[in-house]
Amino acid sequence: MMKEQWMEVLNNRPIALDTYEMTLHGKLASSMTQPGQFLHLKIGDGFRHVLRRPLSIADVDQEDQTVKIIYKVIGEGTKWLSQAKPGNQIHVLGPRGHGFPVENVADQHIYLIGGGVGVPPLYYLGKQLAENNRVTAVLGFQTKDAVFYEEKFQELGETMILTDDGSYGKRGLVTDVLESKMDLYYSCGPLGMLHAVTRKLNDVKGYVSLEERMGCGIGACFACVCKTTDPNDERGYRKICKDGPVFPAKEVVLWQI
Amino acid sequence: MADLNVSLPGLNLKNPIMPASGCFGFGREFSEFYDLNQLGAIVIKAATGEARYGNPTPRVAETPSGMLNAIGLQNPGVDQIIEKELPFLESFDVPIVANVAGSTVEEYVEVTEKISRHPVIQAIELNISCPNVKEGGIQFGTDPKTAAHLTEKVKEVSEKPVYVKLSPNVTDIVEMAKAVADAGADGLSMINTLTGMRFDLHKKRPIIANETGGLSGPAIKPIALRMIYQVRQALDLPIIGMGGITSAEDVVEFLLAGADAVAIGTANFLDPYICPNVIESLPNTLEKYGFSSVQECRLKGE
Repeated sequence: MMKEQWMEVLNNRPIALDTYEMTLHGKLASSMTQPGQFLHLKIGDGFRHVLRRPLSIADVDQEDQTVKIIYKVIGEGTKWLSQAKPGNQIHVLGPRGHGFPVENVADQHIYLIGGGVGVPPLYYLGKQLAENNRVTAVLGFQTKDAVFYEEKFQELGETMILTDDGSYGKRGLVTDVLESKMDLYYSCGPLGMLHAVTRKLNDVKGYVSLEERMGCGIGACFACVCKTTDPNDERGYRKICKDGPVFPAKEVVLWQI
Repeated sequence: MADLNVSLPGLNLKNPIMPASGCFGFGREFSEFYDLNQLGAIVIKAATGEARYGNPTPRVAETPSGMLNAIGLQNPGVDQIIEKELPFLESFDVPIVANVAGSTVEEYVEVTEKISRHPVIQAIELNISCPNVKEGGIQFGTDPKTAAHLTEKVKEVSEKPVYVKLSPNVTDIVEMAKAVADAGADGLSMINTLTGMRFDLHKKRPIIANETGGLSGPAIKPIALRMIYQVRQALDLPIIGMGGITSAEDVVEFLLAGADAVAIGTANFLDPYICPNVIESLPNTLEKYGFSSVQECRLKGE
């Protein structure tokens, strides 16, 4: 199976405050069938940037062999990405990791709970789930200018938008509106949000996708690990890049001492 | 085609390229990308007496042409490594170098005793230079007397040649090299990472949870070359050189500085195929600069 490719940038546009959607084209897209996996992108020429940037898959079009990623410009690496023009080539390693389990999920009422740039992988997930399930999206953003993909999620099911400052949608946190009557949930966002979500939905089966600064992205360097909740677990930890980034909500420790 | 063979204590290498400890796990992940038989050797992740979880995250941060890491020697412990990881490596025709770490002399000795007896292990890399653990590691690598004492104790029990991995976080690298050479080291491995920091401007605190981390990557290449060169002027001991290697040209530079073989670390993260790629381009690169073998290039530096 293909593990890497120079993919061509087809489109790279701002969709919200400091937030860009990039469309990449290449055969590698054919292998991107599992929602929640990530792409490990090379930044810049040569070895000036020695670490790749892990970015989750927001959407895939198998027919066109395209993949969409959404990223927020935070540092040098994402700034470089934001300056990529159509026709440029970007080296992609992936898809990597284990994504959201969707097989045999049918006739369920499912929450998609996202925060900020944790929202993108939930879209590709939602598209797959919405075929056989009822989907409700609860998406939190800092402010009105940061909101993206609202209409796309509305096509999948009921969609609630919350902002920290109340400038759009409801004011507050995603946990303010969550109810325990659901069958299943999938969540991606900041660690604090994930922790709050798993507590609020303690009785509901769920999956969380974790983010961490990564090294190799293939499981060899032990840069991105998290602890497991089970004291009798043989290893006591999980590699986020390889065992995850998606984990059953109760399998991993979501707070740091 | 230029001859890539290199013969060092315990290590008959078909080429002078090996992935560096800590950057390659125990080989499994990279074996999904290419046939590990292509490698000159493999230096596996550090082993300690008991399992270690390592430091809190974030454990890595990028820097200009480099990165900081503070993994904290996470590993399943020497017994688990012998039981679960080494059998996988037996299926390859590649010498395996075991990196040994610890908090006390006793721990280093215990780990060396156990792992050096395993048939797949051809040499020991004595890690006295990890900057990211509170006890041991670099403490042993910054004082010549302590380093020499540890080397002596480990040599007493090791069934395989011992390469001492030196820390660059010292005033006089030659003094350190001489101390471990006099204590019986069969070779040197240099350099480990340089201690460094970065700060998160939003959180106004260090990016790395451990606060400091070890700097690696092309940023430290000039320092590695300088230190290898200085040690080579003073000693004949075999040197496995490392520090920011990303190309066959870099390998030639390290050979000219006085290294006998080299390890590639950080570059594996950006390009998982870096080791086989460098091995493939090395013969032509050597010939381009007028060398018919690795050995010839290495001696040119003297």
